[in-house]
Amino acid sequence: MLLIECPHCGPRNESEFHYGDQAHIARPEHNEGMSDQEWAEYVYLRENPKGLFRERWCHTAGCGRWFNAVRDTVSSRIMATYKTGEEAPIGADQEGGQL
Amino acid sequence: MRYSAFSLLRNTLSHHKNWPQMWDNPDPLPEYDVIIIGGGGHGLATAYYLASQHGITNVAVLEKAWIGGGNTGRNTTIVRSNYLWDESAKLYETALKLWENLSQELNYNVMFSQRGVMNLCHNVHDVRETKRRVNANRLNGIDSEFLDAQQVKEFCPAIDLRGGGRYPVMGASLQRRGGTARHDAVAWGYARGAAKRGVHIIQNCPVTGFDIEGGVIKGVQTAKGAIKAKRVGMVVAGHSSVLANMAGFKLPLHCRPLQALVSEPVKPAIDCVVMSNAVHAYISQSDKGELVIGAGTDAYCSYGQRGSMHNTEGTLAAICEMFPQFRRMKMLRAWGGIVDTCPDASPIIGHTPVKGLYINCGWGTGGFKATPGSGFVFADTIANERPHPLAEPFALSRFSTGYLIGEHGAAGVAH
Ligand SMILES: Cc1cc2nc3c(=O)[nH]c(=O)nc-3n(C[C@H](O)[C@H](O)[C@H](O)COP(=O)(O)OP(=O)(O)OC[C@H]3O[C@@H](n4cnc5c(N)ncnc54)[C@H](O)[C@@H]3O)c2cc1C
Ligand SMILES: [Zn+2]
Repeated sequence: MLLIECPHCGPRNESEFHYGDQAHIARPEHNEGMSDQEWAEYVYLRENPKGLFRERWCHTAGCGRWFNAVRDTVSSRIMATYKTGEEAPIGADQEGGQL
Repeated sequence: MRYSAFSLLRNTLSHHKNWPQMWDNPDPLPEYDVIIIGGGGHGLATAYYLASQHGITNVAVLEKAWIGGGNTGRNTTIVRSNYLWDESAKLYETALKLWENLSQELNYNVMFSQRGVMNLCHNVHDVRETKRRVNANRLNGIDSEFLDAQQVKEFCPAIDLRGGGRYPVMGASLQRRGGTARHDAVAWGYARGAAKRGVHIIQNCPVTGFDIEGGVIKGVQTAKGAIKAKRVGMVVAGHSSVLANMAGFKLPLHCRPLQALVSEPVKPAIDCVVMSNAVHAYISQSDKGELVIGAGTDAYCSYGQRGSMHNTEGTLAAICEMFPQFRRMKMLRAWGGIVDTCPDASPIIGHTPVKGLYINCGWGTGGFKATPGSGFVFADTIANERPHPLAEPFALSRFSTGYLIGEHGAAGVAH
């Protein structure tokens, strides 16, 4: 079981959380003219990286708020958690890189 | 050498010292007609059918570590074909028919045992869903029946229908032609059959990059140097996103750890496969006597090949409620594999955005049962450079056309 630091409540057991997969996916603006392929990219295509990953978690059994984490998907070590709307402590270019 | 009672006798007389090696370990050639990346069951089956069905024998299977060491060697070996939708039913039933003759075809005992697979229902909703699936199966010509609680007890006397009060058994679907097979033997049997026809099985050879020119595949970069090929099939299960990334495209996959465990060996106690999708538990007994138990997936993306303890605890709790006599058994080993699941719980087979690079992935928690069928249609796809008719609905493009094949009910997590 992971120990996850909710940025609002502090460290809690993984079983209090709900996973939300890849973070920082913005719904495309001006989407009237978007092709099916572009919609597929937004809805389905994901990084699913081996290594560092910026992902979402929701503290469902606690404060109920969504936040983001940077986690290594090989060791499952959580490098940082941060509030929604904040910048990730690692950039997209480091994603998938292993520690 | 053909395996037979005679070859067994002859090798017994020489104290089993002269059995020939099943396949060689050749160094890679600079170029092949077809390269298959990934020496799991699906990759090896693809190579085997390329050689046996299409006469394409200048083929290399490039395996990162050792063949069958991925999910092929980690799964709970349940084989069945009772999927809901027509597209899946046809694909999985094609595989099941191939299973029924596989030991003969490969001259290798894959220990396919059609002992019957039951999927339990624990509430009224499960009963409705299951009946619907049984009816859909029958319309597709797949053997499938609905058992009421009493019939479940007759088929598998070890079950406690009360399920400890938490998981009462209200009925089940039963596919009598379903069962289990020996996972390693499947990899080895296909490898031996392919190697005999000239395919190179190259182990300890991870693919580290692709050579692509103008959107067309030219070859791959590996730990053993560059290897050229005009056609490349990528069958790497849990590493599909990683390789797709190297080739410059993304997949709709989510990697999760899925766990299994086995108990100490005991005398025969359960002679069928029992699965419960609702409680993420499934159980059968191996020929060695171990209870083989499958657990659920962890919630998050992982490449760690191990899962967390609270998952196995949950599964074992459910198993103990349904089979109280297993309560005092000790577990011997537990392990995990990385499963590549699609949003619709169906596989992806066919073209990629790179010309000449084909993909077969997304089998997630349930691809072992499909191994022969998957290899069969994928070999045909690569040989003819167009999707096999059974594979066509499973194209990557279904995520933009919206033609998803939702099999969460039939696939769930339990297999
Ligand atoms: C615990 C568990 C239980 C399961 N239970 C069942 C079940 O009961 N029934 C069922 O039908 N299915 C089950 N499955 C699912 C099933 O195991 C998989 O869907 C199936 O084995 C995938 O087959 P494969 O041969 O393609 O994968 P794998 O055997 O994983 O083969 C992929 C291969 O690609 C290799 N590879 C990766 N990267 C590279 C690279 N860069 N270069 C070269 N090679 C590479 C890997 O080393 C690996 O050997 C289970 C899975 C798990 C983990
Ligand atoms: Zn919180």
